Amino acid sequence: MLDQVKDSYIRVSGVDKRYGGSDASLVLQDINLDIRKGEFVSILGPSGCGKSTLLKCIAGLEDVSNGSVTTRGLMVDGPPEGLGMVFQRDMLLDWRTILENVLFTVELQGKVSAEMRARASAQLARFGLGGYENRRPWELSGGMRQRASICRALLTDPDILLMDEPFGALDAMTRDDLNVEVARISHEAHKTIIFITHSISEAVFLSDRVVILDRHPGRIVEILDIDLPRPRQLSVRETPKFGHYSSHIRQVFTKLGIFKNA
Amino acid sequence: MRNMPSMTTRFLPGLITLVSAVALWEIGVRLFQISPILLPSPSAVWVEFWKMPAFFLYNAGVTLVVTLAGFFLAAVFGILLAVVIVSSKTLERPVFSALVALNSVPKVALAPLFVVWMGIGPEPKIAIAVMLAIFAIVIDTVLGLRSVDPDMINLARVGRASAWQILTKVRLPCALPSIFAGLKVAISLALIGAIIGEFVGSSSGLGFAILTAQGQFDTPGLFVSLVLLIAMGSLLFNLMEGIERLSIPWHTSVRSH
Repeated sequence: MLDQVKDSYIRVSGVDKRYGGSDASLVLQDINLDIRKGEFVSILGPSGCGKSTLLKCIAGLEDVSNGSVTTRGLMVDGPPEGLGMVFQRDMLLDWRTILENVLFTVELQGKVSAEMRARASAQLARFGLGGYENRRPWELSGGMRQRASICRALLTDPDILLMDEPFGALDAMTRDDLNVEVARISHEAHKTIIFITHSISEAVFLSDRVVILDRHPGRIVEILDIDLPRPRQLSVRETPKFGHYSSHIRQVFTKLGIFKNA
Repeated sequence: MRNMPSMTTRFLPGLITLVSAVALWEIGVRLFQISPILLPSPSAVWVEFWKMPAFFLYNAGVTLVVTLAGFFLAAVFGILLAVVIVSSKTLERPVFSALVALNSVPKVALAPLFVVWMGIGPEPKIAIAVMLAIFAIVIDTVLGLRSVDPDMINLARVGRASAWQILTKVRLPCALPSIFAGLKVAISLALIGAIIGEFVGSSSGLGFAILTAQGQFDTPGLFVSLVLLIAMGSLLFNLMEGIERLSIPWHTSVRSH
């Protein structure tokens, strides 16, 4: 692979996104971002900063108004191949069993086989959902449902994984647990992951780089390198270095007027 | 499913209501000695039915067939129209406007015209049943198809689903609860449509039986037809609910029952 493509496995250049015609509806302004293959990048910002919109532009689910997005050197025009996505809500289909849900994407591509089913079961077991194959989504807790949705995104073995605030609706303990899980996936499977969040500690814990966004319109304020050893355990959050990164980000948001009482 | 109430607890309240109502009716008629020309007692209606059960059952059968045919056509075309409305921005307005205009026409006023066009066979009755039933199905199906979580569609798109797959694997299953709501209203409306059609011009069906009985001041005979209509309407509605329960066991409305 060309080094250039490897260094900008996902490239966002000069992207504006507006709804309608006027400037008042400008959601994203001049976003430039190069993401290396295998990198874990978090996009962190307050609500209304357009971070989910940015992710949807990268996924090819939304058109950009200006600029361009490329993945693996190819222009994004509709969802590219080899992409997995996890949404804020788990988006499990109620009329399918957990196993059928995990196989959903594979089924769309007409690739369901006995081997795939076995892989899906193994995947579920690895995520602590062994034995839940034939249960229905509503029989599972929120954390288990989101695990199942991660299994679904990973089953096709995509090398790019986009996560749109996947743990925003979960309780703190489940969230910690899943953060460790995601850190493990990123470390072991060498996937390129973009992770949307509004949690500073989640962003620092998971990322190689944190992209900090301001709102109205959404624009990049700073891109922060996180130099913490991997694999990371939750205890890394108690180290001085972790605290340093967190407080730096908090200061950025305070300067932007997003934290009023910091 | 584990906590499914037994048949007794499910049907007992309805049965008690029905028996009490009939008993009250019987007692009222006897107590106040109401003339059978005005209001026959349930027992008189029962006796009347057994004078010519084949006649009543045959006509009920005719109405049932018309109702089911109308309902079936309304379901097929209603769901198709809803899919067209939701899928095409260009066709949405014209199709919807035409439908609203059509629904604003009093169907009773159209019935004579249909008889002129299609004769006095089952066709005009089926047509009126369709016209009466289709609107509810289209409205509810459109609502259901539109109420799909956008991220559900995004999930399918990221999986590179075709438009057909998005429709059949995501949109339609998501819309099923709404579709059933429409179908349950539509089945009763189809029955009303069939009767309207039979009133205007026919030689069979419960609508015909009612008109004949009225012409002969045979109020008990009229009531036999009415009771058969009520029974048929209730039965059809419950049948739809049964089909609904079997089709969407996963939906909250069914699960909580």
